[in-house]
Amino acid sequence: MRNLVSALFAGALFGAGLALSGMTDPMRVRGFLDLFGDWDPTLVFVMGSALLVTAIAWRIQPAMARPLFGEKFSLPTRKDLDSRLITGAALFGVGWGIAGVCPGPGFAALALVPVAAVIFLGGMLGGMILFRFTFDK
Amino acid sequence: MAVPLLTPDWLQIPGFPGADPLAGVLGGALIGLAASFTLLGLGRVAGVSGIAARAFGLSGEGMPRSMAVLFIVGLPVGAAILNLLTGRGAGSFPEWPFLLVAGVVVGFGTRLGSGCTSGHGVCGVSRLSARSIVATVTFIFTGIVTILIMRALGVAG
Repeated sequence: MRNLVSALFAGALFGAGLALSGMTDPMRVRGFLDLFGDWDPTLVFVMGSALLVTAIAWRIQPAMARPLFGEKFSLPTRKDLDSRLITGAALFGVGWGIAGVCPGPGFAALALVPVAAVIFLGGMLGGMILFRFTFDK
Repeated sequence: MAVPLLTPDWLQIPGFPGADPLAGVLGGALIGLAASFTLLGLGRVAGVSGIAARAFGLSGEGMPRSMAVLFIVGLPVGAAILNLLTGRGAGSFPEWPFLLVAGVVVGFGTRLGSGCTSGHGVCGVSRLSARSIVATVTFIFTGIVTILIMRALGVAG
């Protein structure tokens, strides 16, 4: 029960941050990617601030035997750079550029601009299903 | 979409009157706190694409499915609360064909590349993970190129 409430809280805090930062406005996101046009540096501040805070958590994590509301840490361990990583990231960037929306803001926008969010998320679900039945190992 | 800037004039970056660095720093800090809470509280990485795939039943790994669903439900709940309190968060979205195509490419790409802006861009880069740094540089690069191409073709989106 405690970890379910924690998951809801974590998502809500994340969604509030996305809405406050400007990440739920595709115009602002595409302005950041419009480096050779009318560039908007706002996202540099979003990322810098988020990275700084999260880096502190990564310094604390090794000193903890277990997470506060869970049994054990389950964290990514892979270190290899493979073509799937790079191809996938490259494709994601193309989609991110086309709409100015990434998965987190897509869900957060359900509360703000629901029709647009549903169209994006419907496509995203389709893309994930496509992956599941083609390249998923 | 005329949401007034949070940044006062004296804090504005010279040459970028439309930017909102203060909203960025404060919102980014909340995002960082959420990622930190997910890491230290739940023992997991706050990667939205992976958590979404888990919630949709399309991934065999990651947090328990019930937790994944609640995390995803939390995203619009948090955005709604923030919007009620501050009036911020709404944005101007492109036309539906762009949203749909982008959604498909984002869904497929994030699964193939094991992450998006949150998992790679925030959690992985702050961990100094080589995979995440490479992924983040790659998706920012292709995002910039995509905007360049769309501009050249005269497609606004």
